[in-house]
Amino acid sequence: MAQILEVKGLTKRFGGLIAVNDVSFGVNEREILSVIGPNGAGKSTLFKLISSFLKPTSGEVTFKGERISNQAPHIAARKGVVRTFQETTIFRNMSVRDNVIVAHQLRAKASLLGFFLGSAEARRDEARFAGSADEILSFLGLDAIGGELARNLPHGHLRALGIAIGLATNPTVLLLDEPFAGMNHDETMKAVAMVRKLRERGLTVLLVEHDMPAVMKISDRIVVLNFGEKIAEGTPSEIQNNQRVIEAYLGVEDEAIGL
Amino acid sequence: MTKKIIGLLLFLIAVFVVAPWLIAATGRTDLYYVFTSVALLSIASAGVWLTFYIGRINIGQGAYALMGGYVSAILVMYYGWSFWWTLPVAGIFCAVASILIGVPILRLRGVYFAMVTLILTEVMRLLALAVPITNGAKGITSIPLPGPISLFGLALAPDFATLENPRIAFYYLSVVLMTVCFALMYRLVHSRIGHICLSLQQNEELASSIGVNIAALRVMAYAISSFLGGLAGAVFIGATQSIYPSSFTVTDSVNFMLNCFLGGLGYVFGPMLGTLVLYLGWNLLFSMEKYQLLIYSTAMIVLMLVLPNGLLSLGAKRKG
Ligand SMILES: Nc1ncnc2c1ncn2[C@@H]1O[C@H](COP(=O)(O)OP(=O)(O)OP(=O)(O)O)[C@@H](O)[C@H]1O
Ligand SMILES: [Mg+2]
Repeated sequence: MAQILEVKGLTKRFGGLIAVNDVSFGVNEREILSVIGPNGAGKSTLFKLISSFLKPTSGEVTFKGERISNQAPHIAARKGVVRTFQETTIFRNMSVRDNVIVAHQLRAKASLLGFFLGSAEARRDEARFAGSADEILSFLGLDAIGGELARNLPHGHLRALGIAIGLATNPTVLLLDEPFAGMNHDETMKAVAMVRKLRERGLTVLLVEHDMPAVMKISDRIVVLNFGEKIAEGTPSEIQNNQRVIEAYLGVEDEAIGL
Repeated sequence: MTKKIIGLLLFLIAVFVVAPWLIAATGRTDLYYVFTSVALLSIASAGVWLTFYIGRINIGQGAYALMGGYVSAILVMYYGWSFWWTLPVAGIFCAVASILIGVPILRLRGVYFAMVTLILTEVMRLLALAVPITNGAKGITSIPLPGPISLFGLALAPDFATLENPRIAFYYLSVVLMTVCFALMYRLVHSRIGHICLSLQQNEELASSIGVNIAALRVMAYAISSFLGGLAGAVFIGATQSIYPSSFTVTDSVNFMLNCFLGGLGYVFGPMLGTLVLYLGWNLLFSMEKYQLLIYSTAMIVLMLVLPNGLLSLGAKRKG
């Protein structure tokens, strides 16, 4: 398996606080890699650094050998590294289907002027986007509610819509920040299956998640952060038996890490 | 589709046939000036509306109307340009200026952006008072009327100075411009560009995560907005044949914004209807003298409470 993304000595300071401290790891193509750690460990910050939503204090992230950190988010997205949000972040006042259609912008072949003038290229794009949006909606089981206004969706559907928006950009690497949060057991199991299907589509998936059973079940490898530092990296069984990880989670119930 | 065509036809008939006929029948030729103003102010308001559409409260359109007006007046008076050529130049001048101004300030959101734009109008007025070429408080007056213009030998407009009533010509010029501007705006908003603008309005972070260059798009929308402000200002100055630092003030900037609110921020034609209602409403209340502002403001507040999505939401509600 080839390495596709590399995090090298990434550090982020917020004033006196070091949210991410000299973190390095690689991500392989078509891998599902989870980043875990206690609250405030720096997981979301790490994702924001990778997707260029934040600029690192030092260190860098490369994707297929090119630096994608320290740029604008839309540049990282154009290269194929796209994040979803920890909070349910959607275009509230658009229909579900329009949310996904508009998110296809990166796949547009026509220019803005072409879209304004309604060129043949632009019309082909529109048709392609509509078809692809329908495919993504049915892939995520949202096809029945495509016409609903996004802000009226229940929580579980909002998460799925967030992922649908991410998928519409046709990413190579998708970063999912707590995709299972607020889901009950059944919903989580469905979502786990969905993430596996993402990989079957050829995606590389990075996820931050607190739901340990789900993480252990889904991940190829796990990176553990504590107070901004990487304290372990390995397969689920290696992580479950890692002494430093167990210590970091001390005080947290043992089941929490699936022991 | 057919509904849209009928709507367009009704609009064209109202503007190009009914209004002139009514004015002729009643002999109220002063109304030409009123409707010319409404048409031009609605163009400037359409620009403000577009900045609302990307999620920015713009209370600075008066600055660009004033800037466009001065560009036109100066080019006509001091450089002997034809009025017609000054129109696109005034628009582009304002668009370029707004890009320079917009790059730093468009990062601000909400009330912060609104305050900066409000100040912008005042800055422009002070600038007009200060720089020599604008002739200070005395302004630029006796600006000649537009000359004739033809395209490929086809006469588009006669020499306004030879007309019995140039105001009629300005009326037609303004409503033609208004029709073209709103048609282009309609196209813009209903194309993919409009959808992307809407995504910006609803969530900038998410928009950038899907690959939208939000900074560039904001500047583009603001530049189009300012182009419309400058264009409207230039024609307005042509019609009044004079310009002063107080030709467009903070009050105008606020009115441009209110026009959008009143008509409806969700509808392309909102600013047009809003401008018509507000302008006529204000003038109708003229006889109320000192109570004019009080009644006007109260009516505005009541309207916004009853119809938070603007006048055009009335029709939309009935439909949905
Ligand atoms: N913009 C910011 N400014 C200042 N401090 C920040 C900022 N963003 C995050 N932090 C701090 O950095 C640390 C790491 O935050 P981060 O959100 O990355 O944690 P996390 O691991 O995602 O936590 P959680 O599991 O609760 O989502 C926290 O102490 C947080 O308060
Ligand atoms: Mg987090």
